[in-house]
Amino acid sequence: MMRKPPRIELHTAPHAVDGQGVAVIMRNVVYSLLPLLAYVVWLFGLSALMLILVVLLSTLATERFFNWMGKQGSTLDDWSAVITGLLLALTLPPGFPLWMGAVAAIISIALGKVLFGGLGYNLLNPALVGRAFVQAAFPVAITTWTPPFIATRFAEFIPSTLTPPFMQPLDSGPWLTASGMDAISSATPLGLHKFESVSTPLESLFMGTTAGSAGETSALLILLCGAYLALRKMLNWRIPMYVFIGVIVTSALLHWLDDTNPDPLFMLFSGGLMLGAVFMATDMVGSPITPRGVMIYGLLIGFLTVIIRVYGSLSEGVMYAILLGNAATPLIEMATQPRAFGERKAAAKGKTDD
Amino acid sequence: MLDDKITSHTFWEGVWENNPVFVMLLGMCPVLAVTNSTINALAMGLATLFVLLSSSLLVSLIRNWIPKQTRIAVFIIIIATFVTVVDYVIQAISLDLYNALGAFIQLIVANCMILGRAEAYASKVPPAKALINALGMGLGFTIALLCLGSVREILGSGTLLGFDLFGENYQQWIVMILPPGGFFVLGGWLLLFEWLRERKEQQEATSE
Repeated sequence: MMRKPPRIELHTAPHAVDGQGVAVIMRNVVYSLLPLLAYVVWLFGLSALMLILVVLLSTLATERFFNWMGKQGSTLDDWSAVITGLLLALTLPPGFPLWMGAVAAIISIALGKVLFGGLGYNLLNPALVGRAFVQAAFPVAITTWTPPFIATRFAEFIPSTLTPPFMQPLDSGPWLTASGMDAISSATPLGLHKFESVSTPLESLFMGTTAGSAGETSALLILLCGAYLALRKMLNWRIPMYVFIGVIVTSALLHWLDDTNPDPLFMLFSGGLMLGAVFMATDMVGSPITPRGVMIYGLLIGFLTVIIRVYGSLSEGVMYAILLGNAATPLIEMATQPRAFGERKAAAKGKTDD
Repeated sequence: MLDDKITSHTFWEGVWENNPVFVMLLGMCPVLAVTNSTINALAMGLATLFVLLSSSLLVSLIRNWIPKQTRIAVFIIIIATFVTVVDYVIQAISLDLYNALGAFIQLIVANCMILGRAEAYASKVPPAKALINALGMGLGFTIALLCLGSVREILGSGTLLGFDLFGENYQQWIVMILPPGGFFVLGGWLLLFEWLRERKEQQEATSE
């Protein structure tokens, strides 16, 4: 009987032996995002669907373009570009002009991923790099929200969606008024709290029936989708847990010091925190792998999120908190290397590692 | 190393082969800071060109009288003199421009490209050669500033040299006239130049 010669495959980490390679994990992340995407389309209609498609196609095209430029084989089959595209679309407002969405997608792959050397080398979460770029480039468009459940959402586009390339977003105001929406419903819960001192009831935060970026709406659904991934061990559940602890502790302290600051539960369920903590902070490339490192990383993101939300000029801070956490990851990993078995120096300090 | 013969390389060195911005990465401070519009970039480039030309000429003229031990101090005094001249001239021509460029006119004195040229080139060659080389370097610097300034102005304001290009509905890319935009555009140009250079080298290698 002849034995087959061993097949050697070259992959980026994680080097799993049971078939859970990069592509399998990434594909499952995409599956877990599908309910979320469907819900978003149901809430915001045609515009959200179109935005998701355009952003997704732009990320894939950009990735393929750089494959071609670098004369390498296609890296689309590892599904990571799909995740970047879907996550990026979820961080954008539903009525975001399509051309700006395409710009964000190109930047996220080109600047956030390819420049560092592709999957496995990107220091920062690519989707958030694209998001941060359009936040800086088009600050008005990216903070223009449309409310969910507009009656004609499946028949018509939100006018700003179809803005011609390189032009300012078309005014959606008259269209919204015609659809029976008032202006106040177009502000995010965080913005309402920060600039107008209006609170949003918790159950609508939980169900996601508020204005906001496409994916920063339903906390419940995001947690469910995340739980699926965590159960299949494709997501480190400790990271979102520590992020939540960081948010609760910091916001409880600030709420206790000053009543006008939002309470911990509101902080937890509003804005993009859920999406960021579950799907972006857990990005395998940008997050630490040492147990203590994970704790520091999660708490840092939670703490920074609350600090930016309360003291920053923007009403939302998850994006910058995660990007800063990503940037700090190499340092955190360096500082939290576990003691090798038999090593004496750390033992002398009387500390035990996890 | 350096002889007195003037070749085409004396001039083109600064424009292409050793472009102060795209190859030597010198003088990054003004390159990133004042290139948020084409006119600012042009003014900064011309001011630097003037200082470079005059200081190179003067350094080259008195190169045999400068004591080796105090040469840096002498170079700095010469450069500072011309920077002061430029400072007053721009103030006299256009106060708006002067305010837009801010401290970066005075900071030309700290532009390492100018001191570098004086130390490594002008103090070793005759005036004519120093002058031609300084002209190339200054032009290279000005071209680089214009490359950055025009892209940043077109994207960031939708204008070029103040003329409206796209009509009033143009969406301005705010980030491009902010400091991060300087880094983005510089990175893009560096990428382009590196790619062109590599391609040229490959072509030369295959043709031989």
